Amino acid sequence: MSTYPLLSLAIWIPIVAGLVVLATGSDRNAPLARMLALFGSIAAFLVTIPLWTGFDIANGGMQFVELRNWIPRFNINYHLGVDGISMLFVVLNAFITIIVVAAGWEVIQEKVAQYNAAFLIMSGLMNGIFTSLDGILFYVFFEASLIPLYLIIGVWGGPNRVYAAFKFFLYTLFGSLLFLLALMYLFINSGGSFSILEWHKLPIALGAQIWLFLAFLIAFAVKVPMWPVHTWLPDAHVEAPTGGSIVLAAIALKLGAYGFLRFSLPIAPDASHELSGLVVALSLIAVVYIGFVALVQADMKKLVAYSSIAHMGFVTLGFFMFSAMGIEGALVQMVSHGFVSGAMFFCIGVMYDRVHSRQISDYGGVVNKMPKFAALFMLFTMANAGLPATSGFVGEFMVILGAVKFNFWVAFAAASSMVIGAAYSLWMYKRVIFGDVANHHVEELSDINKREFAILGVLAIATLWMGLYPQPFTEVMHASVNDLLRHVAISKIQ
Amino acid sequence: MEMQKLYLLVPLAPLFGAMIAGLFCRVIPRWLAHTVTIAGVATAFVASAIIFKDVQAGHTFNGPVYTWLTSGDYRFEVGFLIDSLTTTMMLVVTFVSLMVHIYTIGYMQEDPGYNRFFSYISLFTFSMLMLVMSNNFMQLFFGWEAVGLVSYLLIGFWYTRPTAIFANMKAFLVNRVGDFGFILGIGLVLAHFGTLDYAEVFKKASEFASATINIWGSADWSLMTVTCICLFIGAMGKSAQVPLHVWLPDSMEGPTPISALIHAATMVTAGIFMVARMSPLFELSTTALSFVLVIGAITALFMGFLGIIQNDIKRVVAYSTLSQLGYMTVALGASAYSVAIFHLMTHAFFKALLFLAAGSVIIGMHHDQDIRNMGGLRKYMPITWITSLVGSLALIGTPFLAGFYSKDSIIEAVALSHIPGSGFAYFAVMAGVFVTAFYSFRMYFLVFHGEERFGKAAHDEHHDHHGDHDDEEVSHDHHHGLAPGQKPHETPWVVTLPLVLLAIPSVVIGFIGIGPMLFGDYFNGVIFVDAHAHPAMDHLAEHFHGATAMGIHALTSLPFFLALAGVVVSWFFYMKRPDIPAAIQRRFSTINTLLENKYYFDKINELVLAGGSRALGKAFWRGGDVAVIDGVIVNGSAKLVGMIASVTRLFQTGYVYHYAFTMIIGVFVLMTLWINRA
Repeated sequence: MSTYPLLSLAIWIPIVAGLVVLATGSDRNAPLARMLALFGSIAAFLVTIPLWTGFDIANGGMQFVELRNWIPRFNINYHLGVDGISMLFVVLNAFITIIVVAAGWEVIQEKVAQYNAAFLIMSGLMNGIFTSLDGILFYVFFEASLIPLYLIIGVWGGPNRVYAAFKFFLYTLFGSLLFLLALMYLFINSGGSFSILEWHKLPIALGAQIWLFLAFLIAFAVKVPMWPVHTWLPDAHVEAPTGGSIVLAAIALKLGAYGFLRFSLPIAPDASHELSGLVVALSLIAVVYIGFVALVQADMKKLVAYSSIAHMGFVTLGFFMFSAMGIEGALVQMVSHGFVSGAMFFCIGVMYDRVHSRQISDYGGVVNKMPKFAALFMLFTMANAGLPATSGFVGEFMVILGAVKFNFWVAFAAASSMVIGAAYSLWMYKRVIFGDVANHHVEELSDINKREFAILGVLAIATLWMGLYPQPFTEVMHASVNDLLRHVAISKIQ
Repeated sequence: MEMQKLYLLVPLAPLFGAMIAGLFCRVIPRWLAHTVTIAGVATAFVASAIIFKDVQAGHTFNGPVYTWLTSGDYRFEVGFLIDSLTTTMMLVVTFVSLMVHIYTIGYMQEDPGYNRFFSYISLFTFSMLMLVMSNNFMQLFFGWEAVGLVSYLLIGFWYTRPTAIFANMKAFLVNRVGDFGFILGIGLVLAHFGTLDYAEVFKKASEFASATINIWGSADWSLMTVTCICLFIGAMGKSAQVPLHVWLPDSMEGPTPISALIHAATMVTAGIFMVARMSPLFELSTTALSFVLVIGAITALFMGFLGIIQNDIKRVVAYSTLSQLGYMTVALGASAYSVAIFHLMTHAFFKALLFLAAGSVIIGMHHDQDIRNMGGLRKYMPITWITSLVGSLALIGTPFLAGFYSKDSIIEAVALSHIPGSGFAYFAVMAGVFVTAFYSFRMYFLVFHGEERFGKAAHDEHHDHHGDHDDEEVSHDHHHGLAPGQKPHETPWVVTLPLVLLAIPSVVIGFIGIGPMLFGDYFNGVIFVDAHAHPAMDHLAEHFHGATAMGIHALTSLPFFLALAGVVVSWFFYMKRPDIPAAIQRRFSTINTLLENKYYFDKINELVLAGGSRALGKAFWRGGDVAVIDGVIVNGSAKLVGMIASVTRLFQTGYVYHYAFTMIIGVFVLMTLWINRA
């Protein structure tokens, strides 16, 4: 175990780096701002690596814990820690931040410092969410992280950015208010504690558990997003700049799913069992219904956004089967989705930067002009369709196999994504990439440059590594997931 | 060398070749690409042969390579199971693949995607080897999907052709429908057996013989029936059984070498291999076997009919492949797993031969694939002619050739089987013999004999059938077949050598193989047959008195006469009296239309499934997301807030006299109430 406060560093290095970048001010210093942002994000990533390498896989409890008084009057603490459930997301978040900074390198030419600062600060705040063990601390990070994303969409977004930014903000704020009420209730009932770990042990009557569960559900379902509170996501993605879409898909969607494991299941286990049917049903709607919706999208970003919702359906489905395969499969799916959807949005960004259109009908025959790009895009499209040997397969495979044991027809509905997911992914690929050169915009395309190749190459390695050898990813989860399952199996009603 | 390292070498050598040729396809010269991939596949072939000898000496192997994943109580591993079934498949795959690699040097020499092509076919070889060498369901599924991916890449190899990129997507999606069943089957195995390791599952299988699960309502289903049918749905996708066969004819859009390698000899037989591998499970469910038998019989007969009316040389062979896959499936259903594998092996040789010969004809004809434009080619392409004749004779089951031993054994096994559906299956495979002989020799006569119809300028009608090249940089006349007066020519040695090398096993492998493979102890401990419940194989063994006796006996049996009749009728129809088939086509135009539309499978799929999915997607999107959720709920609540605000806003005008006036009215109202109170 390291003696350094690694988690604090993972939170504050990007935030401080973001403030420094912000201080470079106007676009005259843009090259400096970019370099500082890159160094900041790399430094932040490096401090997260010991979290993984030094992680004790036999320990299911919290590791790298930091505990200090923050507001003693209300017993609010600066309490951080990671377990097998949250650790990988800190690493993933720091990794994706580097990708995002690199993705905006040449594309963003206006308000460069502010753009990079927003991403760095958001990265730190999201690490705060994944590591907070204090309810108020969590809530502060949870809400604060909305602001940079709101700004990213609202300032650097597309033509309809204001509508999208407002929709995104109001949707998530609506969920957060109920979440805050739930926190207050728990604070009072626990005799004045904001410690999430103590809440886990708190006995609660079934009626109250159900209200708590519903409050959490609404808050987290909006973030995931689950059907039917998902409609903000396609709009937000379409309007967001490429980097915004990458962070949104790769990290921000994981916050809600993470909330289920940190709050809903352990705090309200009886209600979770009671209402698992509802969540499973909503998850399957996300997989099937949203899959069909994705099929008919004409806008590539919308298509991938809808496919994200369908993939997140697997995550919530996996959680509420209450089996190790289900939860670990869901966690694997979350990490994998970070790589794959991030890469998909980046690929779309690569084409958008050249043609300035996201409409599938404006493309065709891109492979003739961008063979290297087409090969990499193929890999991620296949990963999106869940092809074995890519990371996209592992989570789906585990959740489907776990689901067969849970209920055959649930598995049946989930497995239908094998067909639908392949249909929307490959149909888009076919129309965009294959065929003869469709128009003069495509004719003028140039293949990806070294920077773009490096970004896609790194993501490709991550995708393949996780597909071919997922064991390092799952072995860190086992102890924590088993503890969680044991905990959830015990009733809290007294 | 240690055997386990040798096992690893078999798949990794082609993978290495594929990576060199693929990752550096833009920088390395052509000779390096084909040398490195051919060296890789040749290494795999030699290693497979050594392993084959070792297994024959009794050294089987079952063990992990690495742990892929653990979760809960489950452990998923990548590992190898090396036994006689595996080594048979390894030899077939590596040998045919090697032939196809060599052939490709000649076939693709003018194609700009030369290096990429070699990379793909080596990658395919790797995937297929991982599939057959697997010792567990998870890795089987890995290989299963990986060969599907490479098939997708290769069918769409000429990615600018609309038909090719449609066909490859269709192939992938139809296979995914099969995989959908397959993964549920794997899930059922894991849920009830607690492991995906073959050996452990098969060991426990008998315990589950009478286990039931509740799938629907109150009825209990036999666990093994549901599991086996789910697994078989996977096989139906990959091995192109009705109704999931629709992708295979379209896959002919790919270059001919891959049609031989993937869509005839190896990948499409993965489903057959899988069911044979799972014999301990399938033996526990007569219902599932019956299902397998009927599906196979339908495929064997009805796909054969379609072969009769095709005019594209590759499509004739493709429908023939479908029909032969049906034969193999029938054998599986009759519990004659070893016969299915035997036919798989003989078919791999003669069908690869027929495809490569068809490719040779296509080269000779300058990429014209329409058999109506050929004729009399035997003069110009003697090696292709002779090898094609050998392949066709083997296919129709000429006694003593390879196809005869395997196909006759299938017919016998079905005749001796008693499971439900075996009567229909017997009729189907018997009628199939005539049909096979008829379409095979129709093609043979039209291509190699009779009037020389090529080079006659009028090539307009076959534009939609045009050949393999579509790269404008290469040359234009590739599309148009032979120019007037131009003659076809024999192909270079890299093309004809594989034909000759494949013709040899097409002749002898049946004679050599039948004794040990079907009736010896070759598959002992590998393929399991419940002789009490499904005694067909035992009875078959009683009737067998050596390969020579079987061949002589066949000369007086019904299948032989049916095949002979097929050849004679096709000769009479297409050589002597070409007016008769035309008259039949006119007379029975309904049937002809039905066949030409391939029983309307494609139309129904496109209209109902593809169209239906798009309509459903539109309805969910426009109706659900846009109209209800966004329209009514999200923007509706925003509008409601806005409406309330706009009404209440009217009261806040900011004019003092409005407020004063309202106040006065209020005072009046209050006063009135106060006065009336009394």
